[in-house]
Amino acid sequence: MSMLTVSGSPHVHGDSSVKKIMYTVVIAMVPAMLVSVYFFGLDALRVLVISSLSCLFFEWLIQKYLIKGPVTIFDGSALITGILLAFNVPSNLPTWIIIVGAFVAIGMAKMSFGGLGKNPFNPALVGRIFLLISFPVQMTSWPEPKMLFGSMASQPDAMGGATPLGFLKEGLKNSTVPELMSKMPDLMMDFIGFIGGSLGEVSVVALLLGAIYMLIKKVITWQIPFAYIGSVVVFTGILWLIDPDMYVDPLFHLLTGGLILGAFFMATDMVSSPISPWGQIVFGIGCGVITILIRIWGAYPEGVSFAILIMNAFTPLLNRWLKPKLFGETIKAA
Amino acid sequence: MNDVMIFSVISLGAIGIAAAVILYFVAQKFKVIEDPKIDEVEEALPAANCGGCGFPGCRNFAEATVKSANESKHIEGLNCPVGGNDVMTTVAAILGLEVEESKPLIAVIRCNGSRENSPQKVEYDGPATCAFAHNLYSGEGGCQYGCLGLGDCVAACQFDAIHMDPVTGLPVVNDKCVACGACVKACPRDIIELRFKGPKDKRIFVSCVNKERGGPAKKNCAVACIGCGLCEKECKFDAITIINNLAYIDYEKCKLCRKCVPVCPTNAIHELHFPPKKEKPVKPEAAVKEEKPELPASKEETDKGGVPPEDAKPGNQQA
Amino acid sequence: MGILKTFSLGGVHPPENKLSADQAIEVLPLPKQAFIPLNQNLGAPGVAQVQKGDVIKVGQLLAKGEAFISSNVHSPVSGKVLKIDNVMDPSGYRRPAVVVNVDGDEWVDGIDRTDTLVKEIKLSQKEIVEKIHQLGIVGLGGATFPSHVKLMVPEGKTADVLIINGVECEPYLTADHRLMIEKGDEILVGTTILMKGLGVERAIIGIENNKPDAIKNMTELAGKFKGIEVCPLKVKYPQGGEKQLIKATIRREVPSGKLPIEVGAVVNNVGTAFAVYQAVQKNKPLIERVVTITGKSVAKPGNFMVRIGTPIRELIEKAGGLPEDSGKMIGGGPMMGKALLSMDTPVVKGSSGILILRESESKRVDVKNCIRCARCVSVCPMGLEAVLLAQLAEMEMWEESEQENVMDCIECGSCHYTCPSGRPLLDYIRLGKSKVGQIIRNRGKK
Repeated sequence: MSMLTVSGSPHVHGDSSVKKIMYTVVIAMVPAMLVSVYFFGLDALRVLVISSLSCLFFEWLIQKYLIKGPVTIFDGSALITGILLAFNVPSNLPTWIIIVGAFVAIGMAKMSFGGLGKNPFNPALVGRIFLLISFPVQMTSWPEPKMLFGSMASQPDAMGGATPLGFLKEGLKNSTVPELMSKMPDLMMDFIGFIGGSLGEVSVVALLLGAIYMLIKKVITWQIPFAYIGSVVVFTGILWLIDPDMYVDPLFHLLTGGLILGAFFMATDMVSSPISPWGQIVFGIGCGVITILIRIWGAYPEGVSFAILIMNAFTPLLNRWLKPKLFGETIKAA
Repeated sequence: MNDVMIFSVISLGAIGIAAAVILYFVAQKFKVIEDPKIDEVEEALPAANCGGCGFPGCRNFAEATVKSANESKHIEGLNCPVGGNDVMTTVAAILGLEVEESKPLIAVIRCNGSRENSPQKVEYDGPATCAFAHNLYSGEGGCQYGCLGLGDCVAACQFDAIHMDPVTGLPVVNDKCVACGACVKACPRDIIELRFKGPKDKRIFVSCVNKERGGPAKKNCAVACIGCGLCEKECKFDAITIINNLAYIDYEKCKLCRKCVPVCPTNAIHELHFPPKKEKPVKPEAAVKEEKPELPASKEETDKGGVPPEDAKPGNQQA
Repeated sequence: MGILKTFSLGGVHPPENKLSADQAIEVLPLPKQAFIPLNQNLGAPGVAQVQKGDVIKVGQLLAKGEAFISSNVHSPVSGKVLKIDNVMDPSGYRRPAVVVNVDGDEWVDGIDRTDTLVKEIKLSQKEIVEKIHQLGIVGLGGATFPSHVKLMVPEGKTADVLIINGVECEPYLTADHRLMIEKGDEILVGTTILMKGLGVERAIIGIENNKPDAIKNMTELAGKFKGIEVCPLKVKYPQGGEKQLIKATIRREVPSGKLPIEVGAVVNNVGTAFAVYQAVQKNKPLIERVVTITGKSVAKPGNFMVRIGTPIRELIEKAGGLPEDSGKMIGGGPMMGKALLSMDTPVVKGSSGILILRESESKRVDVKNCIRCARCVSVCPMGLEAVLLAQLAEMEMWEESEQENVMDCIECGSCHYTCPSGRPLLDYIRLGKSKVGQIIRNRGKK
């Protein structure tokens, strides 16, 4: 018999592990991956594979040769970053740009801060924003979705390859909302994902499936996504009630762009979001408000990425400001 | 185009000048008048901010010395262990005072419970910090006074002067030690002591802090001090005292005669940097059995070495 | 039954593993040598009342608790005092203990050793408290807080309810469970005595729902006693924590840093209630207790009535010997118990169980980076930010730790249990607690 072990309590450990959490998220992203391949064809598959592999590669390279520490590329975190980065770019993006994006995401946004758990910003989003600013043309020329099999009414020609949000933003300069809406596919298309856009953001239904899975598995909490989506609905709803000609209805905002992807998969990133429930709610509301500010009054048609990154920067402050409720605290104050 | 440039230059320049003027007056208004000697003293200090002097940093030490010199015309009790005599002489010169030379000190590890001497009985699994392990249990080797070997002293040292020996599992002090005392404070078991560095680094000390009776002490560690008192009898200079079954050599009184070293039945007394003796004395094994008479646990025993902290027990009733 | 009560904040569900729940309490034979530590309670150690060579009887006073928070220790065996020496106790340190060579089983006069139930309480409130004090009763849930101190309600405070802790939320342990099934009447009489000692009219026995037989037995028996009700609780760890139990049963929240008496409640364990019964009605000091010996590889897990001071070796041998694949011995349950260093460690008043873990269960999982998932925060029953407290302790920022209420931690271990990165959060928090505690004590001295 070997020596007895001595350690502090507790002497048992639950069955949760970093790997389990990460791969649950990966599984939750599978429906959206399948839909993206279905709508954008093998190009989508190419983007997904290149992005994931290069993220894993850069993480391995940096851990092995720069940090010279243990290599933990199979914990799933780099894979998530890779898939999320792919979800956030158009399917016709040149391969080398994807690799640059992966390098920025892993090298700059994650490893330079010390790796898993230390990054203040969501790595995939940093990569995405870097690409958006550096290669605006490639990043915003969306391919038209084509079905891999079967057929569905193709998009109205007026759309070109633009995303609904981009189309709306451009069109509002000399037109009104009801006019533009008539030229766009109906909201059912938005829900299923048969619209222009980045790989992963188009299909709301696939993303919701994954989100429900994550909520059931308790990998994410309800606070951030619900506060985020709720604040978007309230904010756009108020504007829409004021002037339906200028502002589009909340449902449209919900179903287009990266809102669902952002709310469930990126704002909920554990590392860069606040700890306490109230902090998470404030975080979600902040994301929602900034998203709509950018969508309606900003220079870009879409504001989810910027909103989440800006709120990431507030996370440490929120952690300080909004503490979880202490047992016996209410009575202490009285 | 030129207009734009000229306007830019003029406006920026004007802002710059205005800001400079404001800053100048603000600086004048909020100027803190300080004794210039503080800066001079601080210059002379090693700037390690190690806290060895008892102050948070070198600046605070400089302030304290200047204050002391101004108010009471001496700087006794203030010493920079890192800079040693040289620095203190310089500081005294700046302040127009003289200092007595103090003998240089060095950190000494008073435990020799290596893996060989004190074989491992259980395995520790937890954070590598002595402070926590001390609260948890007595130690892998079973000695509740001995070194836990998790390196809080190494982490506390800012001078790269203390390292863990991977073979023995004990820390080793090297020449870089400046006797700042950080490791002494870090050690939860008071094993490390600052002692005279000695002529040519020659030192003699009891490498054990075990206050248990001979039997239990010896059971856990082959080289534990068993408090037999042979060294005390041997010492001609009254430098050795035995309290709580533990011999202690007063470094102020010790003349480094080395007589006590061979008489120790457990080889607990260590000599460092002496030339080797001609013949190695045979270990008097018989003396080991000569245990001290039983003493009831005295009050001195309840210092932080032997007894776990009061809150070692779980704080709440739990079923 | 409707929705079961429980506490609101945090909590985890470790696998229950109550292997010995069906094993009736057996009396363990006397050991050859007993080691009775002088300090078996929270607070100051007792002062030895015997000397080497003394011949002592069962029930004789061994050590007197002289400080306010301190308690008496009585001899659990008869025989000759071999020595008073340092002996490894469950704290992991060798501390003073009386070593007795056991000889026969001779008791001091006046102790009723029969099993007859004595229901009538003759003593007055004051006498009850004094008796509990004299006979060395301490909290048997694990914290070993002297019971008489709990019954002395500080001036300006009033108690209105007594809560009896039959929760046993620690996995594996079944000592209290068996006691409630086999000694229900005695516990209820003990509860009545405690109610009288405390001067309250109402008592609630909290039992988790994973012990339906105990709930049934106690509910049936409690009908015959005035003012005692049984409250079934939803299974959630750490419901056995005083503050959690008060919250669960009477929805009162003990203020941060205060004792339960602040909200008019006093909590005692069922084991304590049993010991109180024996002390007050039978004049029997606290010299034995029920100890669970368990573990997945243990051949015969069981519950034993063990004399204090018995080396755990005897218990382990009774249960089929130390299994080949043992990796860790724990005094107490897996969530809050202390790892034991040696089989010679004696059973003390606070030993609720001995748990033997397999080697594969005893190593901790590898520590990885914190991913800030905040699970430690969501499971903390005290609403603390474990991750932050652990970081502060790692960086030795004690003042900040105090501001973040590190002293409120009840060391239940839920944070470490749930951490996906396997970080030793509680280890660091405990370090923080001990350092901050020292700072606070020093402040008090100045």
